[in-house]
Parts: sequence; C-alpha cells; structure tokens
Amino acid sequence: MFKKRFGLAALLLSAVLTGEAASGEGVVRIVDVVELSGGGATVGTNWRNGVELAAKEINAGGGILGRKIVLRHFDTQSNPGVSKAVLMKALDTDPYVVLGPIYSSSTKVNMIVTQRAKVPQIVGSEAAEITERGNPYIFRTSFGQASSMPKLANYLRDGIKAKSVALIWVNNAFGKGGHDAVVKELKLRGIRLAADISSEVQQVDFAADVIRIKNSGADALFAYLHEEESARLLVELRKQGYAKPVVGESTLLSAKVIKLAGKAANGATGHVGLSPDAPVPGIRRMAKAFEAAYGYATDHNGIKGYIAMYVVKAVTEKIGKFDRQAFAKTLRGLTITPETEPGVLLETTYDDKGNLDRDSFLVEIVDGKQKITRVLPKLGK
Amino acid sequence: MEQLAQLVISGLATGSIYALAAMGFTLLWQASGTINFAQGEFVMLPAFIILAGMEWFGLPLYASFLLALLISSLLLGLAFKRMLVDPMIRHGVLPLIIATIALGIFLSEGVKTFYSAEAQPFPDLLPEGLFRVGGVVVSYHDIGVMAVALVLIIALQLFLSRTMTGRAMQATAQNPETARVLGVNIERMILYTFVINAVLVTVAAILVTPVYLAKFDNGASLGLIAFIAAIVGGFNQMRGALLGGLLIGVINNLTVAYLSAAYRDAIPLILLIVVILFKPEGLLGRREERTV
Amino acid sequence: MRGRLILLLLVAALVLLPLGLKNYGIYLLSLWAISTVAALGLNLTLGYAGQVSLAQAAFVGIGAYVSALLTTNGVDFWVALPLAGLLCFVVGLLLGFPALRVQHHYLAFVTLGFNVLVFLVLRNEEWLTGGSYGVSDIPRPAVFGFATDRPLAFYYLTLGFLAAAGLALWLLVRSPWGRAFTALRENPMRAASLGIDIRTYTLLAFAIGSALGGLAGAFYAPLVEFIDPTPFHPAASLALLLMVAVGGSGYFFAPFLGAALVILLPEWLRFSEGLYLMLYALLVMVLMAYCPSGLCGLWVRFQARMRARGAGLAEGGRP
Repeated sequence: MFKKRFGLAALLLSAVLTGEAASGEGVVRIVDVVELSGGGATVGTNWRNGVELAAKEINAGGGILGRKIVLRHFDTQSNPGVSKAVLMKALDTDPYVVLGPIYSSSTKVNMIVTQRAKVPQIVGSEAAEITERGNPYIFRTSFGQASSMPKLANYLRDGIKAKSVALIWVNNAFGKGGHDAVVKELKLRGIRLAADISSEVQQVDFAADVIRIKNSGADALFAYLHEEESARLLVELRKQGYAKPVVGESTLLSAKVIKLAGKAANGATGHVGLSPDAPVPGIRRMAKAFEAAYGYATDHNGIKGYIAMYVVKAVTEKIGKFDRQAFAKTLRGLTITPETEPGVLLETTYDDKGNLDRDSFLVEIVDGKQKITRVLPKLGK
Repeated sequence: MEQLAQLVISGLATGSIYALAAMGFTLLWQASGTINFAQGEFVMLPAFIILAGMEWFGLPLYASFLLALLISSLLLGLAFKRMLVDPMIRHGVLPLIIATIALGIFLSEGVKTFYSAEAQPFPDLLPEGLFRVGGVVVSYHDIGVMAVALVLIIALQLFLSRTMTGRAMQATAQNPETARVLGVNIERMILYTFVINAVLVTVAAILVTPVYLAKFDNGASLGLIAFIAAIVGGFNQMRGALLGGLLIGVINNLTVAYLSAAYRDAIPLILLIVVILFKPEGLLGRREERTV
Repeated sequence: MRGRLILLLLVAALVLLPLGLKNYGIYLLSLWAISTVAALGLNLTLGYAGQVSLAQAAFVGIGAYVSALLTTNGVDFWVALPLAGLLCFVVGLLLGFPALRVQHHYLAFVTLGFNVLVFLVLRNEEWLTGGSYGVSDIPRPAVFGFATDRPLAFYYLTLGFLAAAGLALWLLVRSPWGRAFTALRENPMRAASLGIDIRTYTLLAFAIGSALGGLAGAFYAPLVEFIDPTPFHPAASLALLLMVAVGGSGYFFAPFLGAALVILLPEWLRFSEGLYLMLYALLVMVLMAYCPSGLCGLWVRFQARMRARGAGLAEGGRP
C-alpha cells in the first residue's frame, strides 16, 4: 500500500519538476525574472509592466527581425535564494535573453547561473560589484554606483557646496558598494567625511544614528538606504529637527519613499538616473502610454524595464540574427541613440563591462512630488 | 555632554517600548510558564489591525485603536491561551517554544500575504515638535512615549498590588496550588494575564509604529529585544523587565554612537550571554527553585 | 522486513528520479540532501539529547565559509571538508560547555545570540569573509578524478554524503553510547542518579550535531558556488528547528521528512511562498498541540492502531 502511494508520488513529483519542453519556430522567447511579491513587489511590478508594454509595442510593429516576442514572467519573491531557483527554472525553457531582477542581492546570487549558461542578462540592479566580476553576459539598464556616485559627488561639491558630509548607508552589498564608491569620489574632491554610519537592513530605530549625524557637524547628509529604511530615517530626521540638506541617490527620492515618509520627504534632493517627470520627449511619451495601459503612473523601474526590452531589439537588429554570443559581444562598447531606436528613450552608451552612461537628473522633493532641477550630461561627453 | 543626555533620553523612550513588550512576556512566563517566542509579532499585529480598521472600515484613529484593543484581547489573549497554550502546556516547555516560533511565522506571513509585504505609513497620536532644555533637544514624541508607558506601568503595578483580582493573579504566579486551595480561580487569573499582555502589546504598537512604519517583519527585532530585556532584567519580576527594557534602549544608543554601528545588534546579545552564564536569574531576579 | 523494502525503494527513487529532471529539479534535490544532513545534526541535539539549539544555521555558515575560503585558495575540498567539521565540533564544545549548564529556554536564547553574533562577524569582517560581497567562484570538488561540475554529478555526490552521514548517525544512535541519549531525553535527573554523566553526553551530542551542520555547510558552498552571510541568518536556524519538529524530533527519519516538506513540497504544490509558510506554520502548531512527536510520531501511532486492530481481529476480538 505504501509502495504504491510512494510510486505515484514519485511520478507526480518528477512530472512537476520537469517543466516544459523548449523551442518553437517563428518566436523569440524572453524571460523576465523579477520581484513580483514580497518587499520588492511595487518595484518589480512596475518593471514587469514596463517590459510588457515594450514587448506589446514591438510585437505590434512586427516583432524583432520578424519574430514575435513570447514573454514569460518569473517571481523572485524578493528572495535571493528563490531568485536563483526560478532563474534556473526559467533557463530550462531555453530563452534568448533574461531580463531582471532589480534587487542587487538577488542579481548577485543568480547571475552566476546565466553566466554558466552563456545567456545575456539585463538587470535593473545598481550594486557596483555586479559588473566587476568578469561576467561577459551581464548588462545594466540603470546606472551602476560607479557611474552615479561621481555625478552625486559633483552635486555635493558644486550644488550644495558642502565641505564635509555625513554618510549613512545600509550594510549589505548594495549599500557597501555605494558607500565605497561615494567615499572614493568625496576624497577625490577634497570633501571631508564627518561621519560614516552603517545601518542594518530592516532597521527600525534610527534615533541614535540621527543624533550622531547631528553631532558630526557635517554640512550635509548623504543617505544610501533601501526604501523603507530611507523613509524611517527621514521621519526620524524630521522628528529631531535636522536642519541641514539631506541628499540621496535614486532610492531616497523614489515615489515609495515619498509615500511612506509623507511630509518628512520634502526638501530632500539628489541624483536620479531616470524620472517619469524628466523633460525628455521619449520619456514623456512612454509615461503616457504606461498610464493608458495600466491605469497608474510609472516610476523609474517601469522605465528601466521598458528600455531593457528595447535594448534587446536594438542589438538584435544590429547583428541581424538571434545569437547570444554575438549579442553580448556587440552590446559592449555600443552606443544606441533614440534616432535609431526610439524605445531606448535616451542616448545610451555601454562600456566593456556592461555599465551604461546616459543623461541623468538632479531632483528635489517638493510638496510630495519629484521636481527636476537639472539635467546632467553623460560622464563620457 | 548634550549628546550623551540626548542619547540617554532617546534610549529611555525606545526602552519604554521594549519594557512594555518585555513586561508582557514576563507576565506570561510567570503566570503560566509560557515562553512566547511570538511576542514581537504580537506587537506588530495590532498596528495592522488599526490600519485595517481605518482603511477598510473608515474608522478614525482612536476608534480603530479601541477596536484593536478588543481584537487583540480576543485573539492574542483569549484565543492564544485556549487554542494554543492550554493544549500544549501538558506536553512540556519544548513543544510550546516550537509552537510559538511557528505562531510568529504564521502571523508575519499572514500579514505579508493578506495585507501587504511593503511598509505602510502610520499616523502618530503624539504631537510633532521639539522641546529644548539647556543644550538638550528632546522630541515631544519621545516625551509622549515615556509618559504613556509610565502611566500604563504604574496602572499595572497598582492593579496587581492593590486590587483583589491583581493580588489573586500574583498568588497564582507565585504558588498556584495554595492559591487554588484558597479559592482562587486559577484558570481565570491566567486568562487575565494573557489579556493584559494583549493590551500591553497594542499600546506598544500604537506608540512605536508611527516611527518604525508598519511592516510584517517588525516583530523579529522587537521580539528578540523583548526576550533579552526580560532575561537580563530578571524575568521573575516585573520590575526586572522594566529595568531590562530601559537598559537595552540606552545601551543600544550608546553603542551606535560610541562603539560600532556595524555591531549594534551584538551588544545586547553579549549582555544576554554574560547574564545567562553568570547570573541567570537576571539583574533583579531571584534564584528559581528547580523541581524534580 | 517491509520497512527494509520501503527503504530500498526510496533509495532507488532518489537515485533514479533525477535522471528525468532538468537542472532546477536536480538542484532542489541536492539542496534537500544537504538540508537533511544539517537537520540530522539538529535532531541529534534536539531530539536525542533534548537540547534546544537555535544556532544550527551558524554552524552551517561556518562550515560553508571554511569550505569556500579554503577551496578558493587552492586547498582541496577533501581537506577542507574534515577541517570544516572539526572546527564546528570544537566551536560546539566551546559554546556548549558553559551554555549547557542552563535550562532549555535559556539555551534557546544563548544559541540564538550566538547565531546573530556569527552572522554579524561574517557580515562585517570583510578582510576575512569578504563581508557582504561574499565568496564567489567556489569550485566543485572532484571525486576520484571525476569532476562534479555538472548538476547530476554533484547531486550524486550529495546523495552519497547524505547516505554516509545517515549511516554514521544510525550506528551512533544504536550503540550503547547512543542509547544513553534516550535516557537523557526522558529525564535528566533520573539519568544522573543512574550514573550517566549528563554533561559529557549532552556536550558531545551538541558538538556532533554542530559538526554535522558544518559538514552540510561545506557541501552547500560548492552547490551554490557563491555564498554570502544571508542564508546563515538566525531565521534559517528557526527554519531548521521547525523542520525537525514537524518531522518529529527524536525519530531518525524526521529530518528527511521535514526537509522534504520545506524544500520539495512547495514546488510540487506551486503555492506562493507566503501562503505555503502559513500553512506549514499552522501544521507545526497543530502537531505541537496534539501530537508533539511530529509526523513520524503520527505515523507510529497510526501503525500501532492498525496493528492492534489486526491483532484484535486475529484473536476473534478478545482483549
């Protein structure tokens, strides 16, 4: 009796774990591995919708080199271990390229799988080390820390005119990468580091940190934390009446932080790679299309995903065939302009490590909204 | 000097929250031998009940808070005791520990799945603004937290030592057999401690969530600190939990400011290990008798 | 006799099943095998010696880092493996010696504290462990000259490891020395009065359990080829504890069952992780309330009832 039950279970188990068979002519399979539930749900869902919007537009125009895109989404559940597992599952379907994830902690762990399988992966993560590991198949669709921190440091020196800066950062790979990058840039510009405070992921209490920041006497505060921690920090800063400029990079100024921190977010300034309010016709067009399709306004993650899909189209059309190796080789050192491929929205140059360089923006939070104060040109110009 | 004063005062404010959670934890342990590994989640949950009351039923904050008190008492007090603790206590301490660990996971995953995995803003009952005395700056919020916690603690102490019910509860905790012989309804006394714990955690929730934001995993760090505070202070005494909570709050702040922010979580733990190894009954506790 | 047959079938299934699976399924099975060894170690400490350890993930982490750091610096895996086990054994002794003087609940907190400390050291001491950046490009070991780079090959290696660990533990538990543990679990005071030196036995059980965790960690590193401190957070210790509890602490096969429930079953049922965890936690609570000896205990009770019924029928219903 037990034998039979077990035999049945084994059969079911193997059937379920095997998954689908690959291949099919006339289509190109692309998989999207991103945070659809868990802590990164908002971020990942926006990305997912941006990717889908782009895929729909491309298919409406005939697809890539005549082949329609078949897009499948996989949920990393905002968990690095799960992200690796679902990526393996996704690769079992034999896709052309992989898009996502966004969370650096997940990308760090699962990029090894795509590297092994020699499949190009375009990620929304920002941690610097992702492009430092010698993976020839990894590409960004948002600024890496090595690209964003110089711009931010310039802003601290020229815009804020700070001679000393207090730094608070989250102690994980993402935060450490940002910390190391910004410390280097500050040193190059002769700006003194008045305080260097590490904080924990999911930290709730920032009272002591804020006291330390206040007492450091720094001209400005640079905060590099995840969304929720950024919001908690802003609330605590406001509660303790912190009067100096609060500066951030992308995350601090995002819609989610604004929603969580409420009034406490007003007055924060900083650098963002992408913004739906940017004075760029391509971005405006995409934001409108997104709102029409999904009924709410996109954020920078939606734009990231959208651009990623169009990068795939642009490179594939350039090489004229579906060849993963050629894709990876060609994208390195490539510049894609909105004239040749409107979907890429801004002129984008890739370096030989997979980092990108584009225009970016300085913003300030005013009345609960992101206001663009300046457009910053590419570093390489 | 002002920095030290600020750190201490802010630490006392955070510490009062820890004290509320630690006192509830101690009460349960004293009265019924229940080691509630889900105490942190018990503080997390009422915040979401309040949010649900406001968002789903459109109640104002005060009304939602009262609703949360009621639901907490029923769920975290009555239901917890009847459905989880009572069946399990006869199997010994170990299954109860494991079951409360599972309960903590159940509650946090439940909130994550059915409400939201993302942090939610939470309105503040206490006023904004700063209070300056000398060179020291203290927020009204911190003063408010300490005041509310103090009032609640004094009320609890008075209840336990001055009222009949309170003294019956103390008797139950100290010597259940004798209490029973003297006509005390043990079961009901134990039930009251569970309900009191539910009230304590609900108040802690409304005090702490405006700053911490409501998130399903808030319970993890809070819970661990509650245990440490209770044990370090001396958990066969309520005063021990109070001292422990305040102490940990202050020590945490001092560690971040003067030692290492990267090891901020380590100091309370080292304190815990040292206390357990050298004075297991805690700083204010009395030695426990071991029964064979 | 029937028990042996079932066992043989299960082993055959474990050997043959992966041949029909893709990379992902094979990876899951390897993870299951490694987790089972870690849970076996915890079962020894918890189920047989009756001590609540919430530090097993820390030992897995220490083993993983030892293995990773050594093998990425040219040391052969088969040298790193025993070193990992030995280090965890020693750390287990050092931690256990003072910590086991205290009761159940205290030990839980002390071991939890130890886990947090280990996690923090792994995370902060970048010069030693790579900190948040972790250790990457961990090589797969070679077995008698055969590489295990391919998933299937590595799986058979972990399966062999599981079999070896299981067998060793089985012999240990069946030995007179192992039987003393059962005495300890039932009633430490009485065991002491019978002349069993509790402290030494408990300490050794704790140390061996920790060493097994370390060995599991040593295999975990080459499985995932990149490690950072995240998987060794105290939450993982809680997960391992629940694995053992749901299987039925003290029963030999409990870790196998518990690990399958946590790692394999969610895939089969295709739930969202959150919902699955809720149901799993609910199962643990119900079991603890009504059958603390877990699923294995439930099975034993069921078998006993079947047997009693059978006996009753055979004798024509006479008591």
